[in-house]
Amino acid sequence: MGVRAELPILLGVTPFGMIYGVLALSAGLTPLQSQAMSSVIFAGSSQFMLVQLVSLGTPALIMIATAFVINLRHALYSLSVAPYLQGLSPLWKVFLSYLLTDEAYAVGIMRFQHQEHSQYKHWYLLGAGVALWACWQLSTAAGIFLGAQVPPGWGLDFTLALTFIALAVPAINDTPALLAAIVAGLTSILTRGLPYKLNLIAAAIAGITVGLWRDRK
Amino acid sequence: MNTFWFVMVAIGMLTFLTRLSFILLQDKWQPPSIVTRGLRFVPVAVLTAIFVPEILLIENQLAFSFTNMRLLAGLIAILVAYKTKSALWTIAVGMGVFWLLTWLF
Repeated sequence: MGVRAELPILLGVTPFGMIYGVLALSAGLTPLQSQAMSSVIFAGSSQFMLVQLVSLGTPALIMIATAFVINLRHALYSLSVAPYLQGLSPLWKVFLSYLLTDEAYAVGIMRFQHQEHSQYKHWYLLGAGVALWACWQLSTAAGIFLGAQVPPGWGLDFTLALTFIALAVPAINDTPALLAAIVAGLTSILTRGLPYKLNLIAAAIAGITVGLWRDRK
Repeated sequence: MNTFWFVMVAIGMLTFLTRLSFILLQDKWQPPSIVTRGLRFVPVAVLTAIFVPEILLIENQLAFSFTNMRLLAGLIAILVAYKTKSALWTIAVGMGVFWLLTWLF
């Protein structure tokens, strides 16, 4: 069922994976490195950033630090799903953590919040995570294989924005959540000058704070 | 390019440990209740923070205009997402509108 919920999201993720494959090659990575990155790192936004940094000849430590900060939001996801995964074996926890991407998290957490007591909810997250993983590997491979044949003029990268719209908007189910979204969106724009995509962290903190504040009233 | 393998594995490990952090800590440490109550806003806040700049900025500048196809298609996608709550419709209609607008203008 987690797989089924993830399917529409794959429509938005596939072009993104292909574009990543194309960009990785043009940045000078080998096909093997480009493909390996999709399974070793498995985090779209930091992979895109890394490819840019590689083509600029950035020092290794800066690349590592940048990717680390970009992926910090996953600590919030970890904190957020943790209560629902309590009591699972370490192996489950390790495996689900590896699969905890933006898209799998978003699909999984909506389910958890609605069906808190289901005994099989970790299977749901697993299904969503594995579906996304397979799609990310295949679309990366397709991008590497097709290379420059994917025309940039199609605006395929816009599908990622649409994917996040499709995930965020249905999750807004009351006024505090709506305020959290608006404030997070505004903060993200206003703080876009921050390095390492730290605007995402600033926006998350601002949005959550306003949501909590409105919840109190 | 051999150092790149090292960079890749280091980032892979760090990303994995970031994702694992609180999931593993859960059995030993419980966050205070204000944190728990704030967590329900995490998906909404983070996802919105990611997509808003994607539709509102062109080359890092605010672009409020009818020539910003991403903004127009994005707003329609938001409406579709709100009405249908379907990811498939949101992405399909959003992309359709985007292509139509780029083709028309």
